Amino acid sequence: MITFEGITKSFGGVPVLRDVSFAVPPGRTVGIVGENGAGKSTLMNILGGNLQPDRGSMRWEGEVYAPRNPRDAARRGVAFVHQELNLFPNLSIAENLFLTTFPKLGRLPLIDRATLHRRTAEWLEQVGLTHPPDILVDRLSAGERQLVEIAKALSLDAKLIILDEPTTSLSAREAERLFALMGRLRERGIAMIYISHTLPDVLRLCDEIVVLRDGEVVGSGPRADFNIERMIALMVGRSLNQLYPERRAAPVEKAGEVILEVRGVTQPGIVRNVSMNLRCGEVLGIFGLMGAGRSELARILFGLDPCEKGDIRVAGQSVFGAPPRRRIQRGLAFLTENRREEGLCLEATIAENITLVSLRQYQSNRVGLLNMGRLREAVNAIRGAVRLTPTAGNEAPVKILSGGNQQKVVLAKWLLAKSGVLILDEPTRGIDVGAKFEIYQLIHELADNGAGVLMISSELEELTGICDRLLVMRRGEIVAELRREAFDGERILAAALGETVETGAP
Amino acid sequence: MNTRQNKLAMLVLNNASLLLFAGVLTVFAAQSPQFLTGTNFANIIVQSSSTAIVAIGMTFVLLTAGVDLSVGAIMFVAAAVAGKMVTGNAPIWPALLVILVIGVVLGGVNAFFITRLKVAAFVVTLATLYLGRGFALWLTETRAINLPPGFLVLGTDRWLGLPLPIWILALVLGVAHLVLTRTPFGRQVYAVGQDVEAARKAGIATGRIFAAVYVISGFCAAVGGILSLAQLGAVSPTFGTNKEFSAIAAAVLGGTSLFGGRGKVFPGTVMGAVLIQTIENGLVILNVNPYFYPLLTSAIIFVAVLIDSLRASLLAKWNRRWIRVEEDLISNRS
Repeated sequence: MITFEGITKSFGGVPVLRDVSFAVPPGRTVGIVGENGAGKSTLMNILGGNLQPDRGSMRWEGEVYAPRNPRDAARRGVAFVHQELNLFPNLSIAENLFLTTFPKLGRLPLIDRATLHRRTAEWLEQVGLTHPPDILVDRLSAGERQLVEIAKALSLDAKLIILDEPTTSLSAREAERLFALMGRLRERGIAMIYISHTLPDVLRLCDEIVVLRDGEVVGSGPRADFNIERMIALMVGRSLNQLYPERRAAPVEKAGEVILEVRGVTQPGIVRNVSMNLRCGEVLGIFGLMGAGRSELARILFGLDPCEKGDIRVAGQSVFGAPPRRRIQRGLAFLTENRREEGLCLEATIAENITLVSLRQYQSNRVGLLNMGRLREAVNAIRGAVRLTPTAGNEAPVKILSGGNQQKVVLAKWLLAKSGVLILDEPTRGIDVGAKFEIYQLIHELADNGAGVLMISSELEELTGICDRLLVMRRGEIVAELRREAFDGERILAAALGETVETGAP
Repeated sequence: MNTRQNKLAMLVLNNASLLLFAGVLTVFAAQSPQFLTGTNFANIIVQSSSTAIVAIGMTFVLLTAGVDLSVGAIMFVAAAVAGKMVTGNAPIWPALLVILVIGVVLGGVNAFFITRLKVAAFVVTLATLYLGRGFALWLTETRAINLPPGFLVLGTDRWLGLPLPIWILALVLGVAHLVLTRTPFGRQVYAVGQDVEAARKAGIATGRIFAAVYVISGFCAAVGGILSLAQLGAVSPTFGTNKEFSAIAAAVLGGTSLFGGRGKVFPGTVMGAVLIQTIENGLVILNVNPYFYPLLTSAIIFVAVLIDSLRASLLAKWNRRWIRVEEDLISNRS
């Protein structure tokens, strides 16, 4: 059906896909598994025409296939069923199916509703939905919407359907219904690519399995070659191109008093009963797959999102329900995963960004004007502490800096505010290898100087490389806690996936 | 999450203007016997017809999450040119045609800047507003132009017992409703307003849709301008002033969302326009100080926009990602 031949792609010098080759035979279902950031979505975006590969090619039924845009891909018969669905909730099922191909009343520009509804009903029947075609998509459940998406794919004469994490928002019954439909589609000769973190589903549904890690195919073959343990082992692997600064021994025992105490934090549908202690001088990691609730937890701790139950204490004092401003005063700091959108004022200067949260400390007493001299001294001192590049002056806009230096500006901002608890959400996202190392060093220095660091990441290796202790989240709950000496990639990933791995291995 | 309570809240928010309408009618009817007469109602509809038609065009724009601030200025430019023509002894029919053409052309200018040069609709139409008003003031030398009686016939004549403005409103409304609910174009307008990116991915020519709604809005402004002219009999320097606000208010009161993707011209927008007029009419009958009208109208608009925002934030809250809670999932399947 489709063959990938040596697909290579990098973003800003960072390779995302390396020489990826495999084939999806006609009428077969191929499962793709891999950690977050293994390159699955990039590969699917290339297949769907959203991105073009740097090198390598694809063949569709033997012919060269190089889609320039999603429409090219759709014309060939490639259809996506996304995690976030592409349906219009304000339109009816029928209108969603025929949005660009409405049947018309003869020569008139009017929609032939009778034909529209009859044809929609036929497609709905094929996916096992009995809803009236004129019902608004708004009224359908997530699972029903997914079936409508598949009906839409079928109506567009799809030959290859890509299902990207289709079960994340489905109930067990709905998932079963989807799997039954996938079985029927397979019998009709439709090829499918199935991407999921639920490994038993992959084993059950797919004829062949491809495992990606760091943009490379690290294992592929018929289902019979795989079991869950082997998939996890391949997904974790070991890449040797990333170095981590050495963490001094036994920091957990040496660590000081509890600076951040979280008790039973619950927000329905987001996180459930999360408790943890963070001590001064400790680097505590939180690992979880996409959608496990890591970033949501960070936002709740910082007061950006509401929280229904529980308690959050900073240095013994409760900040539950307090706005971010008060939590900052108590010593909380938050480095967001969206550095450019939420973490920095890109047009503003380096000095303005660094001093943003501590301006009040530099007001002169009488009239409240800023003491610019003291401010400049403070900025210069802090720049040295985070080793910010000296080539850009204090008055340079932050947007001209590299990702690594931008992240240093964010860290400098919280350092200047003398924050005792740093919540870092994906601090090394989009940063090149060298700068990553420096960020790791800074994180360790911050902890050594007495701060508590809560580090969230989807890169397991990075967490095991620099953290003292690690919590694993899954579906809004903390499902495992490990000390540094017990770090084991396979066990951690298994916990995040919801699998149990026999740990009595050699 | 109490779903029954949610549904009730949504029901109230979705039908807020209907409830408001019922409330206003009850209050005025209780205060004055004159209010609840057929003549008074026909009168209200005639008076609101101009705003209603402009608001119908505005609804197309709002459905795509855009805005057209230039409608009042378009009315003024078209009326000023037509006024100059008829005072120069041109016959009335070509003047009417010129009004419509000017509406379409200025709508096209808006569309060009918005879709081709990617300037924000707010900025483009604000510029058209000032340019249009400036041009028309220059053309009329800021003096009022009195129109010949032939023009007034449009506002007063009857056909089958109903005043002409009601027929014109019914025609525009009927066509607009049909276009929005029964043509591929109309349904695509809703799709674009809901999510431009998704619409583009679905293969809709989004640029063409955006362009079309501004042209439609310009055309409707011109038709509304003709009705206003026929009722006022003159082009004053303030002709069409603030029409954009009453048009947006009518659409929003009628349930059209400023965030795009939802709203109807019938009953929605037209009901909104009639509601605003009903309130003014009731205030006149009750002899309320005229300086009070804008206060009340703006309060009502504020409430309508507030309701729209509430509805949007409630929806966002309910549709937030929800982790699965079924514990049996894995065990069931493996």
